Amino acid sequence: MTAPATPASETSATIHPLWVRITHWVNAIAMLLMIGSGWQIYNASPLPLFKFEFPSAVTLGGWLAGGIAWHLAALWLLVVNGLVYVTLGLATGRFRAKLFPIRPREVVRDLGAALRGRLAHDDLAAYNAVQKLLYLGVICAGIVIVLSGLSIWKPVQFQELTALFGGYDTARYVHFFAMATIVAFLIVHVILALIVPRSLRAMIIGK
Amino acid sequence: MSRIRRTVPGVDAKLLIRDAARLLPDPSRRLFLRSAAGLGAITLLTGCDITDSNAAEDALLKISRFNDRVQALLFNPNKLAPTYPDSMVTRPFPFNGFYDEDEAPEIDGDTYKLEVGGLVDDKKSWALNELYALPQEKQVTRLVCVEGWSVIGSWTGARLSDFLKRVGADTRAKYVWFQCADGYSNTIDMPTALHPQTQMSFKFGDEILPRKYGYPIKIRMPTKLGFKNPKHVTAVNVTNKDLGGYWEDRGYNWFSGL
Repeated sequence: MTAPATPASETSATIHPLWVRITHWVNAIAMLLMIGSGWQIYNASPLPLFKFEFPSAVTLGGWLAGGIAWHLAALWLLVVNGLVYVTLGLATGRFRAKLFPIRPREVVRDLGAALRGRLAHDDLAAYNAVQKLLYLGVICAGIVIVLSGLSIWKPVQFQELTALFGGYDTARYVHFFAMATIVAFLIVHVILALIVPRSLRAMIIGK
Repeated sequence: MSRIRRTVPGVDAKLLIRDAARLLPDPSRRLFLRSAAGLGAITLLTGCDITDSNAAEDALLKISRFNDRVQALLFNPNKLAPTYPDSMVTRPFPFNGFYDEDEAPEIDGDTYKLEVGGLVDDKKSWALNELYALPQEKQVTRLVCVEGWSVIGSWTGARLSDFLKRVGADTRAKYVWFQCADGYSNTIDMPTALHPQTQMSFKFGDEILPRKYGYPIKIRMPTKLGFKNPKHVTAVNVTNKDLGGYWEDRGYNWFSGL
């Protein structure tokens, strides 16, 4: 798990093992299905504090029953794939090697460099401090969105979990904000992948 | 679908005719996927437009039935829904249905009879005063709507499990089916029918169940989404056949447990 000394373009070392690439793209599909169908469900009864609705062009399912059917089908894809990813991430030591340590000073330094467009991408296998923070953050948001979703789906059978999220009505807001966090990450993530296309290649062919 | 057009005492004929009209094929309602433009990204990936595919809809329905079985496994017959103090009851408590409040059926309590059928020993119909004589209890529980919102209500009535015992129901049967005077019907699983909080409700708060909340009888199940709680119930049937239901037949998940 040590990073290669030479830039990625000059080495044949694999940046992302196959299991990372597969779970990444399965997760991408599952997330799009969950977000689109989740917006459809949201539109049936917008949260009292917000009132807005998502445009029907970006919702999935056609009407509430369709949205629910998609949401509770894609749920399996999201959860099974997520469990495989987290299990392998922990078991192979990849999380520890790639995402830690995260030092606040390095986050500030790398964020400044990123905003000035001076962040180095010579070695795609080593994440900068901002990347580490964002990846860890989105993994946590993924865990929160699944747990808050389960607490909304089963507020009687999983009532202890629902209580942990502040009760049924509050859990809906937690679920919404976890979605908003993931969508914000997704926007930044896709823009940066397009700015550094080699990173997109690495997530497809591994190098 | 003839089952919901049987003649039953107290049934509002006008609503039944309207319900029959709703049962006619309506592509925009029946199909999940017609306006699924949000799937554009997937269309690009697969090179084919799965949004028009009946195969996708069939797959979704299969997964929905699989989710019914998962929910039946998750259902703990001894787990009680949380209860709340009277002060937390939502006021005014909302009317909700597939018709307007002023279209709710008007039922004469003096002539009303609850029909009992299927796998039971005693198929005698029950008058309202006979039902009122059953032991009653109050519950203040949360009603969660399939749309996402929730309210807290206060219902008083008899345990459905007590009633099923009195009529000698075969509780090894898989389902209990309810028919309603508003053209609604639905089927529930026997474990939910026997749950201690599943109630034949006669009162909301301290008042006899008003017309808008399902006079004379609502089946209150705090372990199911609101739409699975039938109002204006006119017939109870113990059966091994899944007879479906108003919203279930239109694509909502069958079990819809909480």
